Amino acid sequence: MSDPLFEFLCRMGDNTLVLGHRVSEWCGVAPVLEEDIALANTALDLIGQTTLWLNLAGEVEGKGRDADALAFRRDVWDFRNVLLVEQPNGDFGQTMMRQFLFDVWHKGYLTALQDSKHDQIAAVAEKSLKEVTYHLERTMDTVIGLGDGTEESHNRMQKALDKLYPYVGELFVRDDVDDAMIAAGIAPDPAALRADFDAVLDAVLREATLTKPESDFAHKGGKSGQRHSEHLGHMLAQMQWLQRTYPDATW
Amino acid sequence: MSSPESGSYDATEAAPHGKPRATEWPLWEVFIRGQHGLSHRHVGSLHAADAESAIKNARDVYTRRNEGVSIWVVEASAIAASSPEEKGPLYEPSNDKVYRHPTFFDIPDEVGAM
Repeated sequence: MSDPLFEFLCRMGDNTLVLGHRVSEWCGVAPVLEEDIALANTALDLIGQTTLWLNLAGEVEGKGRDADALAFRRDVWDFRNVLLVEQPNGDFGQTMMRQFLFDVWHKGYLTALQDSKHDQIAAVAEKSLKEVTYHLERTMDTVIGLGDGTEESHNRMQKALDKLYPYVGELFVRDDVDDAMIAAGIAPDPAALRADFDAVLDAVLREATLTKPESDFAHKGGKSGQRHSEHLGHMLAQMQWLQRTYPDATW
Repeated sequence: MSSPESGSYDATEAAPHGKPRATEWPLWEVFIRGQHGLSHRHVGSLHAADAESAIKNARDVYTRRNEGVSIWVVEASAIAASSPEEKGPLYEPSNDKVYRHPTFFDIPDEVGAM
């Protein structure tokens, strides 16, 4: 295992990078103009956070790589994002459900991360949290609105939840990297954040008239980098093709 | 995304908007206060399902570059507007009453914008 702090920062940055890119895929094709702009704002927030996390990761690594090098010059097996964020957009409801599940986790995690003993990490968490608080407000309302909406929207949201819920468990898995971060007082225990997550999730699903799947089965392997889903490679091919084809190209 | 000055209301807006299609969200007019002390100004309109989401949409559509500290939204159908045909009787009588403008006073610079 490489330096756990580097691993940890890549996890944070890769989550926001991959989700940010996924959300940006809606640009220009969202169902209404207002949602199109809102989604683009969310994507930009996430990519802005990525810059902070991955630049910090590059600094910690000390090999001269910056955020761009990490984002565009690594291949699938080096990515450390959770599987949830690399899942395809599907329909608008599925994108909103994915975003909502991530936002609830993200807000809880960043809140805890503000107390990090690592000053820069605490500062990035604090800055990101303002953006993420708004993301969650928005997705929470949308999940409730569509879940408790028409028969069509309800069914689509339930389908989205059934599809994405198996990716929730990975957010709370604790492994060697987490152990090292907890011991150093840098990051919280992910497993300890599950109860708060469930409380928010249950309350929102109740209001949205949606039913949480009974099985707690969880797909894993994204955060550790052991086994990403087939979707990430396709996404990276699109995201990275310019830098792969014309290395060091600039504007 | 018209600016307050461009007068999106001057000619056509008094005409009825017509019944929205069932699948279409209502139209909302958005007013934003740029900084404390100034009043809210009309910045444009957008569609949203309810007031709460209209404010969120306004936040995303109209305050991306730090334009505002406060947002008002009003359903467009709730706005009563004067009719362009009545322009003459409504506004022209004041044209020749210059004494209604406080232009005969010197205002000290310290007062600032009024």
